[in-house]
Amino acid sequence: MSNINQIKKETMNLVIAGHVDHGKSTVIGRMLADTGSLPEGKLDQVKRNCEKNSKPFEYAFLIDALKDEQSQGITIDAARVFFKTEKRNYIILDAPGHIEFLKNMITGAARAECALLVIDAEEGVQENSRRHGYMMSMLGIKQIAVIVNKMDLVDYSQERFENIKKEYSEFLKDIDVKPDEFIPVSAFKGDNIAIRSANMTWYKGVTVLEMLDLFKKEKHTLEQDFRMPFQDVYKFTKFGDSRRVVVGTPTSGKLEIGDEVIFYPSGKKSKVKTIEEFNVEDRKQIKANNHAAFSLEEQIYITRGEMACKVSEKNPNLSTRLMASIFWLGHDPMILKKEYYIKLGTAKVTVRIEKIVKTIDASDLSAKEKTQIERHDVAQCVLKLTKPMAYDIASKLAITSRFVIVDDYEIRGGGIIQEALEDSAKWVRDKVVVRDFKWQKSMISSAKRSEKYNQRPTLVIITGEKDSGKKPLAKALENRLFEDGKIVYFLGIGNVLYGVDADIKNKEEDPKEHIRRLAEIAYIMMDSGAILIVTATMLDQEDLEIIKATVESDKIEVVWMGESVKTDINVDTRILNKEDIEENVGLLKSILEDKGIIFKPW
Amino acid sequence: MDHLKELENTSVHILREAYANFKNLAMLWSIGKDSTVMLWLARKAFMGHVPFPLVHIDTAYKIPEMIEYRDRLTKEWNLTMVYGQNEKALGEKQTFPDGNVDRITCCKLLKTTALRDTLSGKGKRYRFDHKKGKYRVDPDTDMYTGIIVGVRADEEGSRSKERYFSPRDNENNWDVGDQPPEFWNQYKTDFAPGTHLRIHPLLDWTELNIWEYIKKENIPTVSLYYNQGDGKRYRSLGCYPCTSPIESSAKNVDEIIEELKSGKLKNVAERSGREQDKEDGGGLETLRRDGYM
Repeated sequence: MSNINQIKKETMNLVIAGHVDHGKSTVIGRMLADTGSLPEGKLDQVKRNCEKNSKPFEYAFLIDALKDEQSQGITIDAARVFFKTEKRNYIILDAPGHIEFLKNMITGAARAECALLVIDAEEGVQENSRRHGYMMSMLGIKQIAVIVNKMDLVDYSQERFENIKKEYSEFLKDIDVKPDEFIPVSAFKGDNIAIRSANMTWYKGVTVLEMLDLFKKEKHTLEQDFRMPFQDVYKFTKFGDSRRVVVGTPTSGKLEIGDEVIFYPSGKKSKVKTIEEFNVEDRKQIKANNHAAFSLEEQIYITRGEMACKVSEKNPNLSTRLMASIFWLGHDPMILKKEYYIKLGTAKVTVRIEKIVKTIDASDLSAKEKTQIERHDVAQCVLKLTKPMAYDIASKLAITSRFVIVDDYEIRGGGIIQEALEDSAKWVRDKVVVRDFKWQKSMISSAKRSEKYNQRPTLVIITGEKDSGKKPLAKALENRLFEDGKIVYFLGIGNVLYGVDADIKNKEEDPKEHIRRLAEIAYIMMDSGAILIVTATMLDQEDLEIIKATVESDKIEVVWMGESVKTDINVDTRILNKEDIEENVGLLKSILEDKGIIFKPW
Repeated sequence: MDHLKELENTSVHILREAYANFKNLAMLWSIGKDSTVMLWLARKAFMGHVPFPLVHIDTAYKIPEMIEYRDRLTKEWNLTMVYGQNEKALGEKQTFPDGNVDRITCCKLLKTTALRDTLSGKGKRYRFDHKKGKYRVDPDTDMYTGIIVGVRADEEGSRSKERYFSPRDNENNWDVGDQPPEFWNQYKTDFAPGTHLRIHPLLDWTELNIWEYIKKENIPTVSLYYNQGDGKRYRSLGCYPCTSPIESSAKNVDEIIEELKSGKLKNVAERSGREQDKEDGGGLETLRRDGYM
């Protein structure tokens, strides 16, 4: 069968879905037969077998026969059946009709570029006709044709066809799906699959094969804004290669040498210097869906999980709260308060459900108020992430609105983001984006400063309850590092309140703005290459989020003074006993050494 | 975008995901055409380099040209080459060619067991020392937690049920019935301690795609695949006592492609020259559940 896979023709992934016994296999069998895609003599052999066992021939037997062969080692694959038309090659992806296999159905269907939904003319619209329709829409399959099969069993009745069409259209309309066509067929008899039916002259539309060839390969992703989930940065010096390249597979848009790229959520930017590809000379452009590698004019530190975008185009959303539609596949329900991971592009962030707005039964669209999301439910909910993630919303750029939920090492659900919601640090990030955009860069790079000063700029935050010994420790640490020859500075939050914050009359009024300004000062001092030690009382996680949104989040060390942490802040180190200052200073210094912030003397 | 480019893009994306997510990653290289294409795709993914070890299970019965070719590419492409073998079974002559066990048992001992021990680090690994130009015992005995394998879904039944990222427990067991879903380019890259993952970047490729890609990229392959004038060539490579060449006049890549497309091989299974598949009906699935690739 592999002879069909000629490289010159394009290949399209097709999924055939529908309720159990509505005739999916028969449709596939008939398409294979009518397009001459079967191994020689196969059809005759199956027909003869049926005669011998005196049972009526069915096209579904053909699929079974092919599956049998496969288990004997011949190259046909149940999960990936190939056939071709004059125009192109098709790969049919397996989509089991049984609800138990929804997980497998999604695995197959998510890769499809077009879908045929099969409905039995006699039985009409059933539970999985709706559920599959719903899943197609969630998976983002836009090109759908509905096949009303077994028309021979209802005497090719136009009325029956129109009724089903009406009922199912209304359902699809509710879930925002616009099918390209409803086609009345009898796969068993061959009506309207490859050949126009003489039994249904009232039908003026296309045949199934004509419909397939009318579907388009998705090319418009190139016209959309550039998005590339950042996979990695490669520098293979070990192999004598000094290039430093950023790699990923763009999901939309294109990128050229000289384009300004910006990475979210960090907001760092640079220009594309070269485009690199092994065994390919002179590539000038990177296009959506192709593996890509490029070097940058200026070296910036970025980590996996960021999304590369173009400065000249619309930026993605950035937040820690969002409204999403989730389908759940796990045996155990998805519950409130529990920690899961959300994976979108290459980002992987801890997430909790803040609120379940409603759950929907995908088989009849009935909405229920539930406190958890059960297996095979679809739910609309508010998600809260522990750090900001870059994404798009489904109505603007669907591909980068899609995510999966990981629970206990397994992908247990998927979803699409419908709306960006306000979160506590958004106002800060908005300011930071403008700041970074307008920032005048010095000729001295951060790397050069680090080399000169023998240290990496860092913000050490010492927090805890009032009078817990923060300031004495901070000052002692500053002194020790200074004696060691480090560029270091101590800054108590009080030092900022009356000068930088002088315009804020009532000091209690806007505590978050104080934090933001403190963080901005930290940003400047760290840009100068310094290690900054800051003290502030009872900082909470929201304060830390503001600081993280302002300075680079991987350059912050949080120290809590006291036996137990009294706020929700995530700390790196706890100081249990405030009395022995010298020992505590030694401890913090060794932490800075271990993390490579200052270098160990030898 | 043509179909080969689509296949290449998916494979490269998967290889990069694997490299980003697994510390102890290794790629199985059988020296055959499929895993050599996979090795080439790794060079595509990693800018001409292969930043993890290539592991070969040497049954000691491989056709000599295969070993010569392996070591030549190791040097030319600066590969981190590691091989392992079941020294105990070989020492005790527990092999089919020695006449002491049947084919399936021989496969289990020389391939499955050798593979399991080499991957876990329990068995001795030999690593090519580029300075000395020879193999030495590898000091690295860490277990590989991510193993990249060049199986194709169209090869035979059990392989068609595979995922790109497929979990195995610490006994190498594979739960075919309950596999993780894969969609939207998201794979199972998280795994519990003690388990490991098999990564299958070639799942969607067919035998024909492999040859077409070899042609497109001009990838060097072992001479055994081509008719050297005696009207015979190997379609699939294995151990010489159990693999036989097929009748074929194809002398080069173009002629092989032609043969696969329209010639007499059109509807003949690729592994028909492999004797172990025929013994013990469905033998390969049994072998694979046990950890055979």
